[in-house]
Amino acid sequence: MDIQVMKVGVVSCSGEEIPEGTLCRLACRKVLDERPGETVTICLPLFIAGGEEERTFASNYPTITVDGCDKMCAAKATEMLSGKPAKSLSIPEILKKHGLKPPEKLRHFGPEEEAAVKAVAEEIAQAVDEVLEED
Amino acid sequence: MGKKHKKVVVLPCSGIGKVYGAVARETMYELLERVRPDTVATTCLPLLVIKDPEAVALVTENPVITIDGCPKDCAKKSVEALGKVVDKAYEAIKFYKEHKDLKPEGIAEVNETGRKLAAVAAEEVTAEVDRLAAGEGA
Ligand code: SF4
Ligand code: SF4
Repeated sequence: MDIQVMKVGVVSCSGEEIPEGTLCRLACRKVLDERPGETVTICLPLFIAGGEEERTFASNYPTITVDGCDKMCAAKATEMLSGKPAKSLSIPEILKKHGLKPPEKLRHFGPEEEAAVKAVAEEIAQAVDEVLEED
Repeated sequence: MGKKHKKVVVLPCSGIGKVYGAVARETMYELLERVRPDTVATTCLPLLVIKDPEAVALVTENPVITIDGCPKDCAKKSVEALGKVVDKAYEAIKFYKEHKDLKPEGIAEVNETGRKLAAVAAEEVTAEVDRLAAGEGA
């Protein structure tokens, strides 16, 4: 029997300018590494710089966007250029929900930021499960 | 000599799955935090994708250096999509080709060797930052 496993797209904002952006990338990466069979990603600016194949990403995969601040770049860019995300998560909301302080560094995260990375990754993983169940 | 600039914008691509995307970002952080904190500015590249007015103004009103993680050249193309010609475009792999003893690893953040490579790369990019800040255009 041929069983097709559906994959969920996880699109992180890149957030170079603020620590929450780094948190966003690291948490998304953690989920992508831990669930390689069920998740797939794309570099966000490829919606502009890439071709047709890249722009159909959100129609090929139900997509979860994760953003570092209320500018919600990943959610907006995905909707504008590829397709409406199945879910959009926001780091400030997740941190608030878990009672965690925002990170202060732009790079070289270590043990101090571990709890935040873990909490965000768990929320993303849960969103992946929900999307997989919905389908 | 052209107009002097207080700020030079350095934009790495947003590479999420490639080691050279992480090297590009680390090189920018070296410039921003260590080598030229008073001159170098950056913004989140996705803000250009959604055409955020402040980010667009920063990029269109100042000299821009892009550092991309692969030949797709997302940072360069995102700037060009705004009708702005980049003043200098790098591909991060170039720095490794010139320093083969520093092979970077890691994709979310680079390892220690990757950090060393980024430090070396930042020194090279600094010459370009200084030239552009002094108003010596491309
Ligand atoms: S959502 Fe916020 S942190 Fe993320 S890329 Fe946009 S401005 Fe940067
Ligand atoms: S240039 Fe390559 S690594 Fe960088 S964001 Fe684009 S596709 Fe990703």
